[in-house]
Amino acid sequence: MQIETALLIEWVVKSTILIFALLTGFAYTTFYERRLLALIQVRIGPNRTGPFGFLQPAADGLKLIFKEELIPANAYKFVFILAPILTVIPALIIMAVVPWGGAIELFGRQIALGLTDINVAILYLLSVASISVYGIVLAGWSSDNKYAMMGGLRSSAQMLSYELSLGLAFVVPILLAGSMSLNQIIEAQRGVWFIFYQPIAALVFYIAMLAEVNRAPFDMPEAEQELTAGYHTEYSGMKFSLFFMGEYMKMIAVSAIFATLFLGGYRGPFVDTYPLLGPLYLFLKVFLSLGLMIWIRATLPRLRYDRLMAFGWKILLPLSILNVFVTAVIIVVFGL
Amino acid sequence: MIPLSWYLILAAGLFCIGFYGVLARRNAIAILMSIELMLNAVNINLVAFWRFLAPESISGQAFAVIVFAVAAAEVAVGLALVISIYRSRKTVIAEEINLMKW
Amino acid sequence: MTPIQLVFLFVAFATLWAAFMVVTRNNLVHAALFLVIALFGVAVLFVMLEAGFLAVIQVLVYIGAIAILMIFAVMLTRGDVDDIPDITNRYAGWVGLVAVLFFSSLVILMAQWPSFTALAKPILSSRDTIVELGTALVSPNGYVIPFEVASVMLLAALIGALVVARPRKGK
Repeated sequence: MQIETALLIEWVVKSTILIFALLTGFAYTTFYERRLLALIQVRIGPNRTGPFGFLQPAADGLKLIFKEELIPANAYKFVFILAPILTVIPALIIMAVVPWGGAIELFGRQIALGLTDINVAILYLLSVASISVYGIVLAGWSSDNKYAMMGGLRSSAQMLSYELSLGLAFVVPILLAGSMSLNQIIEAQRGVWFIFYQPIAALVFYIAMLAEVNRAPFDMPEAEQELTAGYHTEYSGMKFSLFFMGEYMKMIAVSAIFATLFLGGYRGPFVDTYPLLGPLYLFLKVFLSLGLMIWIRATLPRLRYDRLMAFGWKILLPLSILNVFVTAVIIVVFGL
Repeated sequence: MIPLSWYLILAAGLFCIGFYGVLARRNAIAILMSIELMLNAVNINLVAFWRFLAPESISGQAFAVIVFAVAAAEVAVGLALVISIYRSRKTVIAEEINLMKW
Repeated sequence: MTPIQLVFLFVAFATLWAAFMVVTRNNLVHAALFLVIALFGVAVLFVMLEAGFLAVIQVLVYIGAIAILMIFAVMLTRGDVDDIPDITNRYAGWVGLVAVLFFSSLVILMAQWPSFTALAKPILSSRDTIVELGTALVSPNGYVIPFEVASVMLLAALIGALVVARPRKGK
């Protein structure tokens, strides 16, 4: 098995681009969220740092770097430091299988826009999503703080419960496209986006993914009013910002996955003639999906914890099972 | 190239470590963890046999999938039992759960 | 020593070391974390055996669900878990001896077997093993009965776990 050097360089460059895109995306998602929330709540939001406040994320980052880092005396130190890292890594690697565009010609080489195209891409997404719960549970456990512990336990229960619905919502695009490769799923949406075939699956997916990234109205793990700050109560400085980073990068990643599975991914008008439009379309879709998440946060109150679990198990899960069942029967009967 | 023997020795080692854990640990949850190690050793063997001796059929992988299902069921019931026992007897030490023994 | 062999040795030793830590650590949360490392090592071995599907399922089912449930159970039964004076029972020495003997006899027995040092033949790249596995699991000539039995067993386990773990009313 001989890997050519050019291919290796290509991978390194693409990974670097992806990581930088995610990191900048994270910074500007916080800015986007603050401005959009302010707009919805008829405030102005951060607008002093740089033109329209565009340098605000940099200022926030600097502030967090210079903050003092505290580790509680009784915290279990190794795990306490490991937990934020374990939160960020899944958020960074989950985007590896999401294609950003078709293939382009560069330096006489055919270069696919997208890190890799594996045939079990959807399972990869699910498994990375399922390991992202570790960071939160371990943060809660190692902090030696009852609020953090409660937050960690709540979030793991919540993520495990909503993962089932998420998995079943993943099944529907697989059934429609007949493949687990994201490129083929995007190809199958050449004509009509899957959200029009399967609005229920898209809805279930969106709700489950909100729960998966702990966004409002499912932000129980960090419910300020009852748990101070949930699992990251004891974290400060850069370790806190790693959690923050993980959460926002996961928002971007799940939005990109939603766009890929249900909104045609990088596909849009003229994308076949100008492949460079692909990343732009994907960016637009992710941008809109993030806007919807922020809008939901500004609009809906937080669910009570027992109602959240009841909703997940008694409404969302049966609905998604039924949906998969009906879709499969229709595909078999009509031979689509 | 890696010969089949390496995988088999690794799996045997993993199995024996799990075997030790199951018989020697006192904590019921630790025993369950050791059982998971043993099941994993079996899975390595199944997949290695598939890859090296019978790659033309898919049986080895199919068996491994069934083992996954068994492991999931085992851990769900096992942990439910442990938690239920902890609720009523306030212990997870396997030897202290001796209500039926005299 | 080719690079792939070095990778194998590294993964194998990491897996065995983590497994050893699982059965010897006193603190169960640590044991569960080492279990995660061991399970991940097994997933890497599946990749090396060209069973990518199983590797992903290993991460999804074992690391994403089973190990997290273990950690959950450890946290729920915390009371006296952290400081049990002796973590092993009084037969531990004998059991260790038996385990070592078992391991060595397994290796000796396997070494007699002619296919022990077999090498893998390359798999045709045109084969889609995932499709094959999927069809094998549901085809009447394949494994449909074990598959259905496994599904029924999972359902039974689900209901059983619910019934067992549920607090009794009026108690």
